[in-house]
Amino acid sequence: MANTTNKILDWHGNIERNVTLLLVLSLLVVTIGGIVEIAPLFWLENTIEKVKGMRPYSPLELVGRNIYVREGCYACHSQMIRPFRDEVERYGHYSLAAESMYDHPFQWGSKRTGPDLARVGGRYSNDWHIQHLKNPRDVVPESIMPPYAFLADSDLDVKTISDHLVANRRVGVPYTDEMIKNAATDMAAQANPDLDGAALTARYPKAVIANFDGSANRLTEMDALIAYLQMLGTLVDYSAYEPEKNER
Amino acid sequence: MKGATTASAVGFAAFLALMAAAVGQDAAFRAHFWIIFVVLLVGTILLMRRVSFEPANSGPLQADLTVYMDGVVRYGIIATLFWGAAGMLIGVIIASQLAWPDLNFQPWFNFGRLRPVHTSAVVFAFGGNALMATSFYVVQRTTRARLWGGDLAWFVFWGYQLFILMAATGYLLGITESREYAEPEWYVDIWLTIVWVAYLIVFLGTLVKRKEPHIYVANWFYLSFIITVAMLHIVNNLSMPVSLFGSKSYSAFSGVQDALTQWWYGHNAVGFFLTAGFLGMMYYFVPKQANRPVYSYRLSIIHFWALIFMYIWAGPHHLHYTALPDWAQTLGMVFSVMLWMPSWGGMINGLMTLSGAWDKLRTDPILRMLVMSLAFYGMSTFEGPLMAIKAVNSLSHYTDWTIGHVHSGALGWVGLVSFGAIYFLVPKLWNRPQLYSLRLVNWHFWLATLGIVIYASVMWVSGIMQGLMWREYDDQGFLVYSFVETTAAMHPYYIMRAFGGLLYLSGLLVMIFNVWKTIRGDVRAEIPMGFEKIASPPLQPAE
Repeated sequence: MANTTNKILDWHGNIERNVTLLLVLSLLVVTIGGIVEIAPLFWLENTIEKVKGMRPYSPLELVGRNIYVREGCYACHSQMIRPFRDEVERYGHYSLAAESMYDHPFQWGSKRTGPDLARVGGRYSNDWHIQHLKNPRDVVPESIMPPYAFLADSDLDVKTISDHLVANRRVGVPYTDEMIKNAATDMAAQANPDLDGAALTARYPKAVIANFDGSANRLTEMDALIAYLQMLGTLVDYSAYEPEKNER
Repeated sequence: MKGATTASAVGFAAFLALMAAAVGQDAAFRAHFWIIFVVLLVGTILLMRRVSFEPANSGPLQADLTVYMDGVVRYGIIATLFWGAAGMLIGVIIASQLAWPDLNFQPWFNFGRLRPVHTSAVVFAFGGNALMATSFYVVQRTTRARLWGGDLAWFVFWGYQLFILMAATGYLLGITESREYAEPEWYVDIWLTIVWVAYLIVFLGTLVKRKEPHIYVANWFYLSFIITVAMLHIVNNLSMPVSLFGSKSYSAFSGVQDALTQWWYGHNAVGFFLTAGFLGMMYYFVPKQANRPVYSYRLSIIHFWALIFMYIWAGPHHLHYTALPDWAQTLGMVFSVMLWMPSWGGMINGLMTLSGAWDKLRTDPILRMLVMSLAFYGMSTFEGPLMAIKAVNSLSHYTDWTIGHVHSGALGWVGLVSFGAIYFLVPKLWNRPQLYSLRLVNWHFWLATLGIVIYASVMWVSGIMQGLMWREYDDQGFLVYSFVETTAAMHPYYIMRAFGGLLYLSGLLVMIFNVWKTIRGDVRAEIPMGFEKIASPPLQPAE
């Protein structure tokens, strides 16, 4: 035993005298874990559950999501309901991997300074969201959330929206040519119920159409963020979901 | 014309930044490059003032290539202290925002934008500068060779400061990838990659031309930290920019794959940046300050390879009970628990180095600081595996317990070991016989320790309390608390936490004063450590 240990130590002396060996061996040792844990997620077919209803974000929702990312909302709000009785009763059905399959990047979060938002869509009215975002303490006195009134005064950039869809398609989101071509009109149509929304809902089923920010003639960041919040967790049809078939 | 090339290169970079500001596709990108332009312009002007037109061979301008290159280490120490104070100040501010939400000033100074400024400033600006400075010092002493690559080390230093500046100003403007501890957008990531590769080249080059046949253990840890961080940074930041002149990019991966890639990165930012790198620091400065050899050579071999092998697997414990497949969660949990042993291997090797020198703790507050950092390292590397157990994690996840855990490691281990190393280095680097005041080091020690203890215990209470409140049912089978009732219950703890952070920050300010006086060459008239009062002067013979 002692002899073997000494042999190993003697051999280790070679590594300590050879920079290249030390470099290559360290690099080898630190790559293994990642390869074993991450790589299979890309080819094991049961990683993402089979569900009905998932679709890419509509242009307005995507822009709203980018605002959610920009403001660091994920620092305080998770979007990942764990399969516990209290969480399911508080927030709704536990989250599935399929629900974030078009999320580049994911927004699962790591901290709940505020509540989980994975299924906040449809829970509150648009007016409530406007009030709450402008000054959270007007509607929830104990809230410690920062105010976001400036969103109502920031106009959306309509010109570049199709570029955003193209970038998403390059990383694997199935946006069609038609979706990319109509991105700007779809964006306007979702925030204005007076426009014809039939083409929008054909491309993006269940898309909520409303004058989200309450001002009819402007397309603002408030429109986009509320459109995103109102669709969170509303896509998947849980009546058709079979947990037993998606055991992982 | 010494210095003219550098000045021109920085000037050209400033010009490119101005062009980028002109053609930027979105307002945030344009604003960001205006800031970068101004910074580089100021840099160019400063460099142009230093261009020398003396003949190339006139003596004093030539660096003496036979001695160690310590200028860059001195700058690194100053930068460490500066960014440490800045990052911890922002920490106290965002802690106060949670206690008093009226302290949010939209849009630039809301919690969501300031939080990554705090985390990046303390981890990458404070911790990163401490690691670069000490690694440059240690690798020269332990190889008996001057830093390889000449001014490349200066490029690493200034390039890294520019990265920090770009990252921090970007967050305030809302430029973020939302990947925790890897928030900078694609162009800032590319810049960091260039700087980091230069860092690796300088470090490796110095090791290659070493005069000491044997590579000292501290350098194994530094080297593994540098290459692993390079790997993690590149893979985790793979993304598709919307435009070459726009700030926004979309991650290459989505959903569950993206989540695990991010936490593979995130956990090993802790494992390699905040652990392996700082173990390298520990392996040099603890034996030096204690004036004892490292306790066990065998232990250092075993725990080095075990630590770097196992850390990489631990990432999934950040995703317990999420939509990540169970097999990955279980693997992450098992490796996290196993990781306890190699982590404690480092602690044991550090603490046992004091065998036969424990009495020094009475008179040496620097050694006291280093030992306390090892104690916190041991504490948080026990707490970590505990929290990685799924049943414990179901309670701790999403709560302040995690925040407390991170801070006992960051303030206790990373902070204190860096402070100890800097107290050791400053008199040597500025050629002073001793520190301005050891008593002030003792003050720093107690302010910091008290701050950490308050911070961590307050977060335990608030985290466990909130976790229990979320899952509490009454006897009718209804949830007892609404979410916002649990938020309101956090208020007193958030105030106490801010106070703990303030204590820790004030300790650092004492240190900055002490270092500044030491650099000036002052020495405080004080009673030596371990004595109650000045020993009565020997009796003067009568005239």
